[in-house]
Amino acid sequence: MIRLDGISKSFNDKLVLNNVSGTFEKGKPNLIIGASGTGKSVLLKCIVGLTTPDKGEVYYDNRPFYASDRVAKIEVRREMGMLFQGSALFDSKNVEQNVMFPLNVLTKMKPTEKLDRVNAVLKRVGLENVNKKMPSEISGGMKKRVGIARAIVNTPNYLFCDEPNSGLDPQTSILIDELIQDISEEYNMTTIVVTHDMNSVMGIGERIMYIYKGQKLWEGSNKNITHSGVKELDDFVFSNKVMSTLRQNT
Amino acid sequence: MIKEIGKYFIFLGNLFVNRESFKTYYKLTLEECVSIGLGSLFLVALVSTFIGAVTTVQTAFNMVSPLIPKYVISQVVREMTVLELAPTIIAVIYAGKVGSAMAGGLGTMRITEQIDALEVMGINSISYLVLPKVTASILMYPMLVIVAGVCAFVGGYLVGNLTGIISPHDYVYGLRFMFNEFTITFALIKSIVFAFLVSSISSYQGYYTQGGALEVGISSTKAVTNSVIAVLCADYLLAQLLLSK
Repeated sequence: MIRLDGISKSFNDKLVLNNVSGTFEKGKPNLIIGASGTGKSVLLKCIVGLTTPDKGEVYYDNRPFYASDRVAKIEVRREMGMLFQGSALFDSKNVEQNVMFPLNVLTKMKPTEKLDRVNAVLKRVGLENVNKKMPSEISGGMKKRVGIARAIVNTPNYLFCDEPNSGLDPQTSILIDELIQDISEEYNMTTIVVTHDMNSVMGIGERIMYIYKGQKLWEGSNKNITHSGVKELDDFVFSNKVMSTLRQNT
Repeated sequence: MIKEIGKYFIFLGNLFVNRESFKTYYKLTLEECVSIGLGSLFLVALVSTFIGAVTTVQTAFNMVSPLIPKYVISQVVREMTVLELAPTIIAVIYAGKVGSAMAGGLGTMRITEQIDALEVMGINSISYLVLPKVTASILMYPMLVIVAGVCAFVGGYLVGNLTGIISPHDYVYGLRFMFNEFTITFALIKSIVFAFLVSSISSYQGYYTQGGALEVGISSTKAVTNSVIAVLCADYLLAQLLLSK
């Protein structure tokens, strides 16, 4: 479980996050949604420690992150896996080397064990016989899968996904969403997904946090998001033509 | 400016904290050695051969008095090459080739979130990415300077011999005449300092790139400019410290 306690962050006197608190539970994807520029990616960076908040604390299973020393922070970080918006695969390494990278650096596994583990996770994300391909030789959807494989190869306790569907076609997006959901349940991880894709919200949004102008405005699930009673959230949800037509028909 | 210098020193401090295993660095350093050393060998050899050749021709051109013996030409070539041309001019070329590549590579890694990916894994990205580059640079650049010196002497020898400016015997005699071994030590000290400056400044510029492809280009340019300025300042300081009587 991850708990946020009053996270605030400013850039050049501009308040980007304002006292955001909340809890993200284990075993299911927790979505952070909101329009572009509302601070959801900054919030994710504050959660993983890539950006230090001005105020507030992040608790990983009741362990404070920012109040802890360097060694404790590294320990927490080694329990994290992250899928980046652009996949962030290492250009100079092939698929197998990319996925094996955390095992090479962070573990003392034998080469055969590492290879078995890599092949198992690649199979789990639906990628086989691409071990020797370079990132430039595979499609966007495949890159995301490799990114997921790299994020979970070390069996992390926490998985973070920043816009996992950006640049993907709707069908592939659904596959990636389902993969994230299945993996979260299977590995019993605390998963946080930042997205503005309504298909993801309706598909895997069992727990949703809505961010508006740096503030948490609403929390709930995909079952009650369409009748939240929050005007800003309604504007966001029904800006989508499909959703808006659906609303008119019901 | 002061803030930037402070940030640079903090960056250098981070090279040595939270390091990974020796094996990891050993492999990465060897890869960088191949890339930096072998990758620069042809350019360094080519440039220094021509530098030696041109220095020979121009020194001969400026020696108008028949009272000055011919071997002075190669003596001048030797002093210029060892003291300045091999370590310093090659450092400028090294900054243009290796420094810009380091800054470009790290800048691209930054904007494509590859550095963030390392950080999230709990890896000290500065140490992991930059320490092997700096180490490899310190190991390889002095060797490149030695190659540059030899190539410059060979270039001067060939041109002097082929054009009849100086006989092979006189050329070799001039190279050996009143030779002060300390100049070699001085050149190697300079090369280690320059290697450190070029690799660390270029890596610093690349590591802190913000923005997109345009900014990566700007970082590469800044890396070369700042490295060259640092090399020239260090060149003067070392000359003042080690050669002044």
